[in-house]
Amino acid sequence: MSVVLMLSIALIVTAGVLLMLSRDSVRLIVGLAVLGSAANLVVFYAGRPGSLLPAVIVAGADRIAPGAANPLPQALVLTAIVISFALLCFSLVLGAYLSRQSGHEDVDRMRDAEPKATDPVKPPEIDD
Amino acid sequence: MLVLGPLLIPLATAVLCALLSGRRKLNMVVSLAGSVLLLGSATALLVNVIQHGRHSVALGDWPLPYAIEFAADGLSAAMILVTALLGMATTLYQASWNDGTAPQAALPSLMHGLLASAMATYLAADLFNLYVWLELMFITTLGTLVVGGQQRQAEAAFKYFAINMLGTLLLLAAVALIYGVSGHLNFAAIREAAQRPEVAAGLTVYTGLLVLAFLVKAGVFPLFFWLPASYHTLPAPLLALVGGLLTKVAAYVLLRLLGEVFITTPGSLLDALGWLAMVTMVVGVLGAAYHWDLRRILAFHIVSQIGYLLFGIALASPAAAAASTYFALHNILVKSNLFFIAGIMCASAGHYDLRRIGGLYLRQPLLALLFLVSALSLVGVPPSSGFWGKFMLIREAFGQRHYIWGGIALAVGLLTLYSMSKIWLEGFWKPHPKPDELSAARRVPLSAYAAVVMLSGAILVLGLFPEPFIHLMLSSTADFWNRGGAS
Repeated sequence: MSVVLMLSIALIVTAGVLLMLSRDSVRLIVGLAVLGSAANLVVFYAGRPGSLLPAVIVAGADRIAPGAANPLPQALVLTAIVISFALLCFSLVLGAYLSRQSGHEDVDRMRDAEPKATDPVKPPEIDD
Repeated sequence: MLVLGPLLIPLATAVLCALLSGRRKLNMVVSLAGSVLLLGSATALLVNVIQHGRHSVALGDWPLPYAIEFAADGLSAAMILVTALLGMATTLYQASWNDGTAPQAALPSLMHGLLASAMATYLAADLFNLYVWLELMFITTLGTLVVGGQQRQAEAAFKYFAINMLGTLLLLAAVALIYGVSGHLNFAAIREAAQRPEVAAGLTVYTGLLVLAFLVKAGVFPLFFWLPASYHTLPAPLLALVGGLLTKVAAYVLLRLLGEVFITTPGSLLDALGWLAMVTMVVGVLGAAYHWDLRRILAFHIVSQIGYLLFGIALASPAAAAASTYFALHNILVKSNLFFIAGIMCASAGHYDLRRIGGLYLRQPLLALLFLVSALSLVGVPPSSGFWGKFMLIREAFGQRHYIWGGIALAVGLLTLYSMSKIWLEGFWKPHPKPDELSAARRVPLSAYAAVVMLSGAILVLGLFPEPFIHLMLSSTADFWNRGGAS
């Protein structure tokens, strides 16, 4: 189980980094989202997965059964997923807005907040 | 309840402001009332911590290493008070600010959300809880960046998002792996577990990962490029809040984690941090020397000052930790105040570019005086607040025989003086290149001045009466890097 998890984490990180290195803003966002799922898997992996017994306190007992799965990483992953989902939605809207405004997805050309380079030595005067 | 006050008040204010976002007047009143309450509860917390020592609250019906703990000691209470003061000043300044764009109804709730997450980050005594609040701070900052709705702001938000998201993911992975090795998330429990050699060996690598995540968030060389690429698109009140708070919170958390929790961190990592601090200081101050835009000059100075904070962390002693925290308190106040002043300078002279303005000394003598207080404090001229912070840091460096580090820190102070005198000469003394623009400028409302006067007063108090603050810092950091016994 942990070998499979480890290999899949490695694979997902590779894919995420590859996408993230792209100059295309949409790929960058998707790459970060993919890396986010790798981070979530790391949280899950750190909690020593293996047991298939659910972490539930059965009626009448006062604690979970011995050998049950560790409930803490599940709670942590759930929180992390909610947060990364919110951030993914936000970043997709932001990316869509930017590409609609500027007509391209090239991150190297995102220089609207930077002054135009006119003089190689002195910083150009700003207009805003 | 006392501990959670500074967290719950801005959180409630943020929710209320969001619900009332349609009604502008009422929204402003709620926001102001929230800030006053926050300041009151922060003061009460500090007084209580000074009198009775550390306070802690464990939430979620579990015994302590498993419950979610919030704790306030001298360091966090002092940071909370300074942050509350900054929140108050921002609300005042924001209430009257008008830069020609339409007022944003969502702003007050974003501002209070940012304050709430900063407060919770100071208070968190649990690694995962810390992660969640840092995340909330990240989200609210993104909100403040995009709320203006201009394309340049959206681009700045995108750059900020891309790099900080990476930092966030590193942080999450590091938190998980540290949990995997030590079996705990609570600070005190991790510290205790780290005493066992087999845990300490595994922790080293993951602590490195954690430190890397915080270096991104704090804007340390070579990971700071998101900062000068995004901050300058914010309007003045938000720039002061975000620029004053964000990176300092990350540096403070790093200090607490390395000094109080991961005390077995090997010296080589701390040495590396020290050299990174040096490069950060120098690169930041040189970047500032190059620029003419007030906002960019000050943004690069944020980077440079983060170097000093990191320097105090790298020295790894209780005295250095106290110096670093004192420096953080001073820096939050001074940096935000300089951004507020830059906003007023732009409003009364017509521009942020120093080549296009001038003549403010004759026109606004009070502003010139207030600028001098903050600028000299940033440089570290005695007896300003910056002087005491730098003095303690450099004395500790020389005491530990880090002569090169101390020397670089001194030299960077000189270069800071260069930038500040540039602003002084160009903005205040030089005659305005187009005098009719200066006379046509709009009047700056009184409440913006009130915010600046309030922060300047706090800076003066911190500089002229440093002793109680230094004493509080020293008594709170006495146990930092103490490998001998449990806290």
